[in-house]
Amino acid sequence: MVAQQLLELHDIVKEFPGVKALDGVRFDVLSGEVHALCGENGAGKSTLMKIISGLYPYGSYSGELKVNGTSRKFLSIKDSQSAGVAIVFQELSLVKELTVAENIFLGREPSLFGIIQTTEVLMRTSALLKDLGFHMDPSQKVGDLGIGQQQMVEIAKALALDAKILILDEPTSALSDTEIEVFLETIRRLKKRGVGCVLITHKLNEVFAIADRITVFRDGKSVTTYNAKDVDEHKVIADMVGRELTDMYPRVSRTIGGPVLAVHDLTVPHPTVPGKNLLEHVSFTVRKGEILGIAGLMGSGRTEILMSIFGALHGPRTGSIELEGQSLAFASPQEAINHGFALVSEDRKRLGLVLEDSVSRNIALASLKRVARFGVVDDSNENKIANDYIDALRIKTPNSASQVKNLSGGNQQKVVLAKWMLTKPKVLFLDEPTRGIDVGARAEIYKIVNDMAAKGVAVVMVSSELPEVLGLSDRVIVMCGGRVTGEFSRDEATQERIMAAATRFS
Amino acid sequence: MNLASRLKQSWRMLTMVFALIAIWIIFQWVTDGAFLQPRNLSNLFRQMTVTGTLAIGMVLIIVAGHIDLSVGSVVCFLGVILTMLMQKGWSAESALMVTLVSGIAISAVQGWLTAFQKVPAFIVTLAGMMIFRGASMGVTEGVTIPLEDSWIKTFGSAYLGQEAGWVLTFVAIVIFASLRVQKYRNSVAHGVSTSGFGSTLAMIVAFSSGVLLFNSTMSRYEGIPYPVLLMIVIMVAFHFIATKTVFGRHVYAVGGSVEAAHLSGVNVRKIVLGNFLLMGLLTTIGAMILTARVESAQPDAGQLLELDAVASCVIGGTSLMGGKGTIYGAILGALVMESLNNGMSLANLESFWQYIVKGVVLVAAVWLDVVSQKSSR
Repeated sequence: MVAQQLLELHDIVKEFPGVKALDGVRFDVLSGEVHALCGENGAGKSTLMKIISGLYPYGSYSGELKVNGTSRKFLSIKDSQSAGVAIVFQELSLVKELTVAENIFLGREPSLFGIIQTTEVLMRTSALLKDLGFHMDPSQKVGDLGIGQQQMVEIAKALALDAKILILDEPTSALSDTEIEVFLETIRRLKKRGVGCVLITHKLNEVFAIADRITVFRDGKSVTTYNAKDVDEHKVIADMVGRELTDMYPRVSRTIGGPVLAVHDLTVPHPTVPGKNLLEHVSFTVRKGEILGIAGLMGSGRTEILMSIFGALHGPRTGSIELEGQSLAFASPQEAINHGFALVSEDRKRLGLVLEDSVSRNIALASLKRVARFGVVDDSNENKIANDYIDALRIKTPNSASQVKNLSGGNQQKVVLAKWMLTKPKVLFLDEPTRGIDVGARAEIYKIVNDMAAKGVAVVMVSSELPEVLGLSDRVIVMCGGRVTGEFSRDEATQERIMAAATRFS
Repeated sequence: MNLASRLKQSWRMLTMVFALIAIWIIFQWVTDGAFLQPRNLSNLFRQMTVTGTLAIGMVLIIVAGHIDLSVGSVVCFLGVILTMLMQKGWSAESALMVTLVSGIAISAVQGWLTAFQKVPAFIVTLAGMMIFRGASMGVTEGVTIPLEDSWIKTFGSAYLGQEAGWVLTFVAIVIFASLRVQKYRNSVAHGVSTSGFGSTLAMIVAFSSGVLLFNSTMSRYEGIPYPVLLMIVIMVAFHFIATKTVFGRHVYAVGGSVEAAHLSGVNVRKIVLGNFLLMGLLTTIGAMILTARVESAQPDAGQLLELDAVASCVIGGTSLMGGKGTIYGAILGALVMESLNNGMSLANLESFWQYIVKGVVLVAAVWLDVVSQKSSR
């Protein structure tokens, strides 16, 4: 089969008030290929995808968009769908209360006199799922599925429209390693069927695993397009940041002190499934100035360890938690914070930030009692503190009064870190601290975490990114099925050993 | 705060003020000049005090993501308690004390059910609305209870003397000016970006002329009505609570994102309960003002008051999704609502029109909000 050009973009320019988001961009997709789009956050990748999918209508940008060789002017997402373009967004857009089949046919249910043909919906869905090689029950509620399977439903939904061009925006950011493998296999199958995929992701290993061509974006321009087999990760990263990134994980010499947090035999029963445990006999210690990495697959109990100690999981719990030798059990995050704990949660938009609020208010939120006198907040002091952190952490924001929702992911995460630094924590919990954050900002966040550890904070970091776990941690524990299945010092830890422990189901 | 975001924030207030002025001009024209008479304006402000007082508390409850539909019935019920106790020979002070305790107790139960038992506030307070309407009718046996003579009546019909009015006006101006100057100095000292001393001066001038205009208008009738003064004090106090205190910050954070607030150590349940307790205090004050104004407690008093209060908040820019809303906005909203009531009665429009027009204004205000937010995206 000769690859034909499915999608072409020429000289795309898109301006927002005061910013040129896209500046003369060229891009194309061939049938049966995966064309990866790499670039830091804010480089213009998402803007381009919104133009391709019709979210930014024709007229709001200049340049030419061709599908199958004919020039098209999409005015809405419906237009692009009927032209065979399907987009799977980073945030899943499924209705959790509906079944897999209902979600796939949402908005275009086959009906007879307004009555949905339930059997037809189920049959067509199971045929589609079988065709795609997805093993799931069409009548299961989407809310009961794992994130990975929800992602597959999303892809199935896009392909049910007979899409020829599939845009995937950070499709694996919420997937575990096994789920990612299944996902990549799915994409390979789609390629064989002649579908052209645009893959946007920060994970370069995935890019190299699956992409045929790679285009790098920087500051709204398409810098270069490579054949994937002709380049390596280093070159792509250098193009993305515009400079050579010598060391992502700076080795900082730290003095590790005595134990700060000691967890012993922590067991947390599953809230709804009797007889099953979220955590089983989990024990570990973190010392002053140490970074402890927690690795493991999704659902292995990593997040639950942090949430349970932090008092954010309701329900019973057994075992002991000691802070500096003192036995503690927090019933609420408030108590944990008062004892010097801090938690950077995995979902910063929902759990970490009040998006509508300003940068300064978000930074002050967990330490208001300190910023205030007699319960009255000192605005100018609050602003001063916020400005100090904006400078120290190099948070890119117009000013401290800007709403955090307008900041990029990396800068939002820095706001979250600033919020917790202000509480002067003894123990810092990080849950997927760099999810969805670009390479440049990642390096800065690693530096912030390293600096905090160097100042004597005991850090516990949960992460799905093995290079991150290996690069940052002094020690790694591995979780599987709610139990600790491995513990490695920095020198012992390798990707292979960690993966072996992470899949050691009993 | 920089100029752009400040302008964006005050844009909403400014459109409100212009809308209010437009409404006033229309009524002035329709009523052949009767509307803007000092006497009528004095009446207008007096009439808005109950709705305004309740709207102040309602803002905080709505910002935190809840609602209180019971306030109309509770105002009525508390009025009944107050008048009945005084009829039995209780002193005004002790009767008011018992009323206050009852008001706080009622809101404490409703707040506890909402915050700690997770029953939706809509249901809890809808039930409260029915229960206390029923209780009022039962206790009064459908009869109006007159309010005994006491100082409480001051909050119905009495006025602050003219001299006192002027003294108060100047005190207000001096306090406002010195606070502004202080704030300016602070921001300069901290090196925080400011828009120069010009904007501080402009705010002082605007505030002074507003207050002077208000007081001179009121003086041309009898002076500032006591209930209006009380409402202004409450307004300033609650604005302070909402914007300057840790409690206020937490209210907005809870409304913006419950989960983020919880994980940042905010005691969400206490915040919600606290909101309801403040509402209890304001309901008691509202009941006192209303009873004093009509000099009696009636079993059907305060009907639809809860909806007027919610409408005032919403017209004033409060979002029912939570997280957004200001005290001053709600008071402006209440003033718009009461201007419509007052103007239409003055123009001898039949009362059914008042409902229709108020409904249209409510939808229009929110529609404008939604449209302007879309376009700013």
